[in-house]
Amino acid sequence: MSRVTRFAAADPGAAARVSGFISHLRDNGFNLGVSETDTALRALCCVNPIDPVEARLALKSVCAGCLEDSRQFDVLFDAFWMAKGRVRHKVIPSAHLTTPQNTRSTRQDNTRQSSGKGAIHTPEDGADMGETDADGTGELMASKAANLMKKDLRELVSKEDIRAAEDVAIRLGKALRDQRSRRRKAARTGRALDMRRTMRLSLSSGGEPLRLARRTRPDRPLKIVALCDVSGSMMHYARPFLAFLAGLMRADDASDAYLFHTRLVRITEPLRDPDPLRALNRITLLADGFGGGSRIGENLAHFARSYARKFVDGRSVVLILSDGYDSDTPTRIDGALAKLKRRGCRIIWLNPLKGWRDYAPVAQGMAAALPHLDDFAAAATLNDLAALEHRLARL
Amino acid sequence: MQRRTPPVFTMASSTDLQKALATTGYIASDDLAMALHIATSLGRPLLLEGAAGVGKTEVARSLATVQDTQLIRLQCYEGLDAAQAIYEWNYQRQLLSIRAASEAGETGAAVEARIFSQDYLLERPLLKAIRQDKAPVLLIDEIDRADEEFEAYLLEVLSDYQITIPELGTLTATTRPHVILTANGTRDLSDALRRRCIYAHVDYPDRQTELAILAARCPGLEAHLSQQIIGFVQKLREEELEKVPGVAEMLDFAAALGGLGIKDLTEDPAVLQAALATLLKTQSDRLAVPIEVAARLAGKAA
Repeated sequence: MSRVTRFAAADPGAAARVSGFISHLRDNGFNLGVSETDTALRALCCVNPIDPVEARLALKSVCAGCLEDSRQFDVLFDAFWMAKGRVRHKVIPSAHLTTPQNTRSTRQDNTRQSSGKGAIHTPEDGADMGETDADGTGELMASKAANLMKKDLRELVSKEDIRAAEDVAIRLGKALRDQRSRRRKAARTGRALDMRRTMRLSLSSGGEPLRLARRTRPDRPLKIVALCDVSGSMMHYARPFLAFLAGLMRADDASDAYLFHTRLVRITEPLRDPDPLRALNRITLLADGFGGGSRIGENLAHFARSYARKFVDGRSVVLILSDGYDSDTPTRIDGALAKLKRRGCRIIWLNPLKGWRDYAPVAQGMAAALPHLDDFAAAATLNDLAALEHRLARL
Repeated sequence: MQRRTPPVFTMASSTDLQKALATTGYIASDDLAMALHIATSLGRPLLLEGAAGVGKTEVARSLATVQDTQLIRLQCYEGLDAAQAIYEWNYQRQLLSIRAASEAGETGAAVEARIFSQDYLLERPLLKAIRQDKAPVLLIDEIDRADEEFEAYLLEVLSDYQITIPELGTLTATTRPHVILTANGTRDLSDALRRRCIYAHVDYPDRQTELAILAARCPGLEAHLSQQIIGFVQKLREEELEKVPGVAEMLDFAAALGGLGIKDLTEDPAVLQAALATLLKTQSDRLAVPIEVAARLAGKAA
């Protein structure tokens, strides 16, 4: 009986407690707005709110929005309401001291924790902020990759490359037309009759449908979401791929780009910079750890649960540019791709090694990924990417 | 000293609802009963998620029976559009009417007013649901199969309960239907839709619940055999299968065994294997559970 949390005497009341609970859930990753607080209060009016079992189920049905939420809910409920008789003084938490982590980048704001060799935004210090600084774990791998980290992307990719890549990207974008649309819309020529408009038109000719309005199934463009592996083993191929990403971003407004090595970074915004070389410079700053280790599974899983929820839907093609050499366990790739696939997108894996003679996808990560892929193709140069046009058109 | 909102019991509590559902042969878990209770009391749509065959659609049917009201069902599919979900004009009647009018010498404006009136409107599920005298249960089945445009449109209907027809104006709901949406995860639903709904996840029932379901649906079965059936099906769900048998399949299986006149599952492996056709619906699943495995599972269940 005394398991229920007690509240301080100066407590502002039940409504405040519920809104405190909602913000407790929000801090734990629930997607709840102000109106949910209102719904939660009204839901409690429909049950006996003094009964913990009923209150729990009622709040659960309102606050949980998906399977993960509802699995997590009981623990969070206990933490707030069933604190073994402890007194909770502050029902509504004060403003956050830590910046809430949003989905713009996987890197945390490490200026707070580390000794700090400069702000992450200033160019001079960018190269000094290696892996060891960021994570503080000091893995040996990071120091081995240290001189590669200083690699400037501007040395890798030239302006001409980007221009050529832009052409390739435009052509690929055209090839990737979605033919799946089953909705119809009005069109001058089309297979089906638009009865509604035909009727309207026939009114002027006394019921004689002289002019037939038609409807068609429009083609819909696909959105390209590209994830490029820039770990050490991929360094040789970084040049065409980065040029391709830059070209893609400039050619197609709907597309989206990410880099990953040990972390995942969204580079869509910087790549849209009007000056291509400044764009590369900005990415260099964002992507430190470039040429380091690779954690494909972890990064894909992160992508599937964060950005993908916003940017990937049934009309997306996810291009993964990687050799599949992963330091994570292969089951992670498997799970991440399965999750990604559930969003209805198509997944294409472009592997530079596949062009080699006698190549077999024996890397464990690659083998785990294969069942989820719609296409698995070789691509090591820009020309290879351009040649993909016909394959993609068939998807 | 604690200020509490006084409990307003607009309806019976969730346990009452649970009992009422049980009389129609639907055994609901506590989570589900509460979500259903909240959704009906607040007039909010209820989103049910879960694997295929756990009885999501059946909830709507039972709720309609309990509330003694009509069940209106909209089955979603890719490409579902306004003409099939909301309304369509009756073109054939319109054409006839125009022809008749032109022979009678009626003017264009009068004809137009007539052929775009409610008499010529074909109601589809969504429109039908908001124009009933008694609030119906509106089942929007497999919403994740419809494309995103439809989902977005549905948001509008579910928040305002009104539908705008250009020729007629806005039709507001006479009664608010109890909306139940089901999804089984072919794609993720938008957060906006999730937020508007009360949510419940329907899982495969546990042993006791499933026994109760079997008893409610097939009252003739012997207690020993029902124990065996449930034990067998629950064991089978733990195997790695492509299509895990749901509650509906379990009931089919029980009916098949009843029809074959079997008293004990372990009695005849060949007959058991034949009856498995009701539980395992893909070729690879059939191969994954050969006759020996089935017999072993049945032996464990006994």
